[in-house]
Amino acid sequence: MAETTAKRSIIPYGPQHPVLPEPIHLDLVLEDEKIVDVLPNVGFIHRGLEKLVQKKDFNEMMYVIERVCGICSFVHGMGYCATIEKVFDVEIPDRAKFLRTMWSEMSRIHSHMLWLGLLADAFGFESLFYQVWRSREQILNMVELHTGSRLISSVNKVGGVLKDVDDDKLKILSKTVDQIEEDMLRVQKVFFEDYSVQSRLKGIGILTPENAHALGAVGPFARASGIPLDLRMRGDNAMPYIDFEPITSNDCDCFARCYVRFMEVLQSIDIIRQCIAKMPADHTLVTPVKGNPQGEAFMRLEQPRGEVVYYAKANGTKYLERFRVRTPTFANLIPLCETLKGESFADLGLLVLSIDPCISCTER
Amino acid sequence: MTEVKCPENILEEIRADQLPEKVMAKMAEGYRLSQACAATIEDHLELSYSFAEDNSFQYYTFRILPAEGEEIPSITRICPAAIFYENEMRELFGANITLIALDLQDKMYRIEEVQPFAPEKKEGE
Amino acid sequence: MGKVAKSPWIMHYDASSCNGCDIEVLACLTPVYDAERFGVINCGDPFQADILLITGGVNKQNAPIVKQLYDQMAEPKVVCAIGVCACTGGIFKECYNILGGVDTVIPVDVYIPGCAARPQAILDGVVKAVGIFQQKADEMDKNKKMKPAPQAAPVEEKAEEAAEPVVQAAEPVAEAAEAVEEKAVEAGKEVVAND
Repeated sequence: MAETTAKRSIIPYGPQHPVLPEPIHLDLVLEDEKIVDVLPNVGFIHRGLEKLVQKKDFNEMMYVIERVCGICSFVHGMGYCATIEKVFDVEIPDRAKFLRTMWSEMSRIHSHMLWLGLLADAFGFESLFYQVWRSREQILNMVELHTGSRLISSVNKVGGVLKDVDDDKLKILSKTVDQIEEDMLRVQKVFFEDYSVQSRLKGIGILTPENAHALGAVGPFARASGIPLDLRMRGDNAMPYIDFEPITSNDCDCFARCYVRFMEVLQSIDIIRQCIAKMPADHTLVTPVKGNPQGEAFMRLEQPRGEVVYYAKANGTKYLERFRVRTPTFANLIPLCETLKGESFADLGLLVLSIDPCISCTER
Repeated sequence: MTEVKCPENILEEIRADQLPEKVMAKMAEGYRLSQACAATIEDHLELSYSFAEDNSFQYYTFRILPAEGEEIPSITRICPAAIFYENEMRELFGANITLIALDLQDKMYRIEEVQPFAPEKKEGE
Repeated sequence: MGKVAKSPWIMHYDASSCNGCDIEVLACLTPVYDAERFGVINCGDPFQADILLITGGVNKQNAPIVKQLYDQMAEPKVVCAIGVCACTGGIFKECYNILGGVDTVIPVDVYIPGCAARPQAILDGVVKAVGIFQQKADEMDKNKKMKPAPQAAPVEEKAEEAAEPVVQAAEPVAEAAEAVEEKAVEAGKEVVAND
């Protein structure tokens, strides 16, 4: 027994590392080059923003919750407004529902393309990284054209949305998504069939479907293990009018996660086209909401990274009593630790990136 | 068109000692732990453990209203996904959760303020 | 800007940021807003970097790390605080875990406001930082030239003088290495204790 423990060493990984876009610290127990155990150490981005409910009223809190994460910012804003609307028990107008769906799909496209580029950079394929990010700039230009800002747009309001989109802008959006689809189809062959990409991604980071369910994995991480869990099937916003099926893969490895996210970009482009075609003509954007919220509500939405849960509790004053955000990366951390056991140390960067970690979402 | 599956969320209030058996029953039915959080309402704590079923999108929440200092048994031995939730509840809210499988000893966030969300103690206690 | 003889290498670190400004920094280094045409390259190593781009406010756990990264960089060095959270703490200033902007821990040369800071603003700030870097490099050269020539300095004395700054520079590195070791040992104890 003493001989085996003598070969083990503990290596600290992070918080500053060229591959990691965000600070997370992992203490890895290594035996030669194989990872045996992982102890994650979070807390570098903990700002404690949930305590700000005591200082900002329920309309201003939207701006704080939007800044939980800059990449998934639109869905956070939408989720906050949807939760408070559920507490008030109001329904937003149809055009607002379609606009919210359209903008959240644009947010999903930009997030997945960001991830695909970072993945290419992580295994050293820099020109692919630049190609995908160059294409991604087009969708950010569209977000700016519609909402006024590239990332944090503040375009949701309790009761609806703040900005309207006229037909010209919808035509420009339609042309742009056609161009993005063409760009993605051009790099599809590289992602799916190139020999060097496959040898880096196939067969590593296996998470079986039983483990994924028992440990609570969500989002593309779970869908790559064959579990068809996609909360857009709950029928929020405009989803009842859209044809949609979740994309899954049975391979359970890193390549499967890359495949699921790539195909979801193409699926989101299809959903945007359906939204543009079915956009209601009535231009009401907001259902007015009077008074202060009273009661509690749970709300679940599909963020680019998985299932996000919002919980609000209000007591009739203009300050909420509690607002809680449970983001998908928080749920995916435990399955990640399970996936890392038994893998080689050299693949660590890729594996941590394969859950699409958003540490600022996790720690708020 | 996507079929709308939007059942109402169910909330059940239970005692702290009933928690492990109720969780085991839910997991046997195929639910997974979705989230666990605590809230400070006026001067007492409220814990919520939520479970989700992915075919029908049913959402079931257990609500516990512990007395001050009451011990709450951990569910991490049954449900390993609860490790970070329970550590966070203990560190930030002061919930007295015992026997957590991976006990980070209040060093998960390493903040200087002690239990910033915990209910304020009444004067004279 | 004048002639910039050196091409500065930058390092990007996320302190307590929400990621918005980080993504815009990465967008600056990729095609369309390309900052590499000004000669800057993103390297991940503090020992080789000249310009430090920091996003996000500083919290209690981050403060020693930001200080360590700053100490590991060699002179001359320039620090840019990107985004309003790095300048003053932003919307999170009243949170219990945020100490404030980055300038509570290290000296900052360029402040770039915005939430999230736009790529055009970041490029403007990086160009200013390159100008300040050139200034600092010129001052360092001037100070070296203005030192009085040692009288009849034997070769051994000169070698000692050259050895001193190396020893001085080695001390913070050794301290930093000790700090990292201590943390690893602590973490090792925690892992062993949890078994």
